[in-house]
Amino acid sequence: MSVDGERAVTWLPEIRTGGFRGALYGETDPADVDGYPDHPPRMGFFTDTSVCIGCKACEVACKEWNHVPEDGLNLLGMSYDNTGGLGADTWRHVAFIEQRKPVGVQDAGVRHDGTDVLTLAPEGSGTPPEEAAMTPTTPGGAADQLRWLMASDVCKHCTHAACLDVCPTGALMRTEFGTVVVQEDVCNGCGYCIPACPYGVIDQRKGDGRAWKCTLCYDRVSDGMEPACAKACPTNSIQFGPLDELRERADHRVTELLAAGVADARLYGRDPGDGVGGDGAFFLLLDEPEVYGLPPDPVVTTRDIPSMWRHVGAAAAVMAAGAAAAFAASILGGQR
Amino acid sequence: MSQADVTRQGLRGKRPDRDAITGSPRRWRGKHRAERPMVPKAEFTSYYGKPILNQPVWKSPDIPGYLFLGGLAGGASLLAAGSDLTGRGVLGRTAKTGAFAAGVLSMVALIHDLGRPARFLNMMRMFKVTSPMSVGSWLLAGYVPAAGTAALTALTGRLPRIGAAATAGSALLGPGVAAYTAALISNTAVPAWHDGYPEMPFVFTGSGMMAAGGLGLLTAAIPGTGPGETEPARNLALIGAAMETAAFERMERRIGMTAEPYSEGRSGTYVKAGKALAMLGAAGAALSGRSRVAAALSGAALLTASAATRWGIFEAGLASAGDPKYTVVPQRQRLKERAKARQADGPAPNGQKGA
Repeated sequence: MSVDGERAVTWLPEIRTGGFRGALYGETDPADVDGYPDHPPRMGFFTDTSVCIGCKACEVACKEWNHVPEDGLNLLGMSYDNTGGLGADTWRHVAFIEQRKPVGVQDAGVRHDGTDVLTLAPEGSGTPPEEAAMTPTTPGGAADQLRWLMASDVCKHCTHAACLDVCPTGALMRTEFGTVVVQEDVCNGCGYCIPACPYGVIDQRKGDGRAWKCTLCYDRVSDGMEPACAKACPTNSIQFGPLDELRERADHRVTELLAAGVADARLYGRDPGDGVGGDGAFFLLLDEPEVYGLPPDPVVTTRDIPSMWRHVGAAAAVMAAGAAAAFAASILGGQR
Repeated sequence: MSQADVTRQGLRGKRPDRDAITGSPRRWRGKHRAERPMVPKAEFTSYYGKPILNQPVWKSPDIPGYLFLGGLAGGASLLAAGSDLTGRGVLGRTAKTGAFAAGVLSMVALIHDLGRPARFLNMMRMFKVTSPMSVGSWLLAGYVPAAGTAALTALTGRLPRIGAAATAGSALLGPGVAAYTAALISNTAVPAWHDGYPEMPFVFTGSGMMAAGGLGLLTAAIPGTGPGETEPARNLALIGAAMETAAFERMERRIGMTAEPYSEGRSGTYVKAGKALAMLGAAGAALSGRSRVAAALSGAALLTASAATRWGIFEAGLASAGDPKYTVVPQRQRLKERAKARQADGPAPNGQKGA
């Protein structure tokens, strides 16, 4: 890929074995792997869902800044969720989960000075997996035991990004910030990136044909600004910065929450040893990932590509041998 | 949005995906479904039952057709080369014409499926081994001209040497053309496709051999064609049918619950039809003897069988991506096993990293 931003569409194919050069799996700095000699630190998002208030400012800011077209004003019947999930025209998606769970008293009044959330926390907000199967309409549970989870989802900008690996045109590229961006002037809409993404982030825009997703505001970040969603977030639930710093901050935050008795707080996508080599955009969650519509253990599909090609090679050889046998049998059979 | 109506009998037209308890076991529709699932129904949690993956936007018939035609073309090129070597002119001409037609149509289907077909040539910007679609585009770019030259020289009888070289070239690339599409669909996050990656290439090349053999058997319909002419085609079809069936069975058995779409629903119907037609066609081909009609009919059945299998595999992928169960349950299982292994290894390292 071009290093200094010039995106020359050359008709001389570029032989790319980058995936193998830089390991398909495990911990690595993606911008190093993609051949940026002097690159800025890897940038990312830390989305702390424990302070998300579900205002959707991130959704709006993203749409406005990136000119993402309107894709339906829907009443989905999924709590306050009107966007459903990430796609070509939804690059930030706020999930709303209502659970019958005690989180202490939810007081409609305005005075909170008598409420110490940290002493209320030991009452427990954790949801054991076997009890997690519930929605707003699930019967049971006292009426005052409501827990409302909100989380702003976004492209994970994986260390090992399947969408980028499988893109046959090179439209998907790694930026110097270690983020993953689609070049809309190159994408030919083959759609391969869509089933390759283990998170269901990227999608094809209807009537346009090309694939679209979050760019981590490549344009803004290149100019030293923070992405639109992080800028708009009023509670700092969306934090932008160098990934190392964010990880440190997240570790501190999760330790704090666990110490305060929020036993279900956990980081998602932070571990560089996970199936995608860690996410450039990771999260602090208060329940299992699948409750938020996230895969519990995503793995980049191209981890298995060496083995896949070996099997393809073997199968092709067997096919050639099969054809040879088909003719040999007819000779031995004496038909001709 | 809700289409529910209140009637004397209660609520009607309720949308179960919204109101169902998340992760509740699905009810089996229809009274005649006495069949029990092989794997106990897994409890799992999801976000309002919505799929985790975005479903492939690949369209039918473009992409299943592309898978089928690639296999047919690859097998037919092998058949053509063998026919030339053993002096089977009629079979050779059929195979070469078939290979070229299938190769071109396969490419047309691929281009037609693009969101921006005019930008097809962007595929040629790079060669990426991590992208089977890139590898496949280059394969097809080499294969289609070779197969075309082979077919044209055979039909016109001109330039026999160039024709022989082209036939050899297309036979060399043919197995790759038939097999790479297996890596293409397996190299996704779609559980039914990805989990089956070790067997999928064998299913595909088996299916390709079966289709090409079927095409060769159609030659029997040409008056004056003796059984000796089509015998290699019959053999190829039988080998292919056996290989496809065996590899498919093995794949389904090994991958367990993610194989469900291969036997259930619309995709399951396609797969079952494919298996039945393959059996029928293979039996017909084996027993056809000197009957030209029986041989040609068997050939048609085998061609259809190969197509049905590809359609089934394609549809199964869509179903697999469209149900969060296939994403969540195996991943949960994996995490559980890893935790167990870690426990067996000694005290777990502190922290909740990565869920």
